[in-house]
Amino acid sequence: MDPIAIVFMIIGLCITWGGLAYALNKQMKDSKKNKEQE
Amino acid sequence: MSKTNERQQFNTKMGFILSAVGSAVGLGNIWRFPYVLYENGGGGFLIPYFIALFTAAIPLLIVEYTLGNKFRASAPLAFARNNPKYEWVGWIPTMLSLMIILYYSSIVSWAINYLFLSIDMAWGPNPDAFYFNEFLNVSPTAFDFGSINFKVLGGLAAVWAGTYFICSHSVSKGIEKFNKVVLPLLGVCLIIIVFRGVTLDGAEAGLNVLFTPDFSKLAEPKVWLAAYSQVFFSLSVAMGIMITYSSYLPKDSDIVNTAYITGFANSAFEFTISIGVFGILGYMATQQGVPVTEVVTSGVGLAFVVFPQAFNLMGTFGSILGVTFFACLVFAGLTSFVSLTEAFIVPFVDKFKIKRKTMYRIVCIGGFLVSSVYATGAGLLILDIVDYFVNSFAIITVGIVEAVVVSRVFGIKKFQDLVNKNSIQKVGSMWKVSITLIVPVVLVLNLLLLIVETVKNGYGGYSVAELGAYGVGTIAAIFIFTVILTRLPWKNKEDITEFRLED
Repeated sequence: MDPIAIVFMIIGLCITWGGLAYALNKQMKDSKKNKEQE
Repeated sequence: MSKTNERQQFNTKMGFILSAVGSAVGLGNIWRFPYVLYENGGGGFLIPYFIALFTAAIPLLIVEYTLGNKFRASAPLAFARNNPKYEWVGWIPTMLSLMIILYYSSIVSWAINYLFLSIDMAWGPNPDAFYFNEFLNVSPTAFDFGSINFKVLGGLAAVWAGTYFICSHSVSKGIEKFNKVVLPLLGVCLIIIVFRGVTLDGAEAGLNVLFTPDFSKLAEPKVWLAAYSQVFFSLSVAMGIMITYSSYLPKDSDIVNTAYITGFANSAFEFTISIGVFGILGYMATQQGVPVTEVVTSGVGLAFVVFPQAFNLMGTFGSILGVTFFACLVFAGLTSFVSLTEAFIVPFVDKFKIKRKTMYRIVCIGGFLVSSVYATGAGLLILDIVDYFVNSFAIITVGIVEAVVVSRVFGIKKFQDLVNKNSIQKVGSMWKVSITLIVPVVLVLNLLLLIVETVKNGYGGYSVAELGAYGVGTIAAIFIFTVILTRLPWKNKEDITEFRLED
């Protein structure tokens, strides 16, 4: 596979799955914090 | 809490997220996105795609989540609670979702049929002829109905009956449980398709074609418009779904982060499945000794013609991959179908106080009877025309109206405060620019382009009479029903007058 194609495939995967993981992690941290406050 | 604020809820936040993602991930993610990515500059398309995601799709998703969640209502009631004069804005997406479920049910029915056909690859050596002549028996014109196709009719019965049994329960026992089961299954299908897709001989040829960037395309305005329309259609906004679903979230939910989760999950799915799709197309092109560009296609042609051709070349594993692929279509289709049906039904429950179960019974029986027109020989042609008009003109119009009403009528500052009320991650001036400027401008441009294109060249080789009867007719029906439903009195007017945001 062409290196440039690999690079763009990895960039796409990182942004989408990385973004999802970041947002989900934030969600979990926030709900944990809320529970502790309660 | 006032009585008007009592509303059923999802049991868990994860249940809501899975349902929202299930709604966003639909057939378009599987058969539209890979082609759009390839057609508009490959890897280079990621630049306009992500810009569009962050400046239009997610901001509008935040608007819809806020409308549903803060006003505890489906689309018409949410708009009416903001300002009674704008109830009609909520009825347009409601009627639009009805028009979509009527034909979407038949596509899911085809996928169910193909799921069974793929066990022994019963489409034979010529999937093209099988699909159009034998399976659908397509008529020459959209006015020539031919005979009823009982296989498609059987699939339709299964889809509508299944929807009734899933959704007529409460939200937590029906839609939430269903999505908690189906979304993981969809994930498993995704993994199998991608893993097998990239390990096929010649897959790299397909992936090279898909991802090698063509940056010269970034100078073309149509590529940017394609990016905005892709993210807009893909996220199920402007159909009333997200407003309805978010009304089942606890009122103190973090709207902004939830919108990002939905947006990223949808993008992750469509980006990943495109790797599997182009891996399979690369394999097919290599086996046939033709360039990948010759086998690339999208829509029903990809799913029901090109992929069966590719499965034929794989021998026994073709049937395993075929079953997985059509199961993926069925799961993605059903989760979207269920959400569209919910978005159509709940406004009637809200306004006329019809019991949820009764409403589901009426809609599923009526929907089955009306959608049986799509099981005739003219079904595919009518579907194509209605889809073109509803899924482009109507949805874009709703998006424009929603953005304008929220920013100009309700007031963008007031709305921003509402969004930020319980959100840890706040929206700022960029979000305001998106809703007041970017979303309306981009969608108006898209709409103008579509109108000019359709007036100039027509669509799909259909006659003016066919486009008028089914396309313009559907738009006219949406308009007429919107007027009638807005004018009918509320069963309980206090639902609007006694609602307080702070309750």
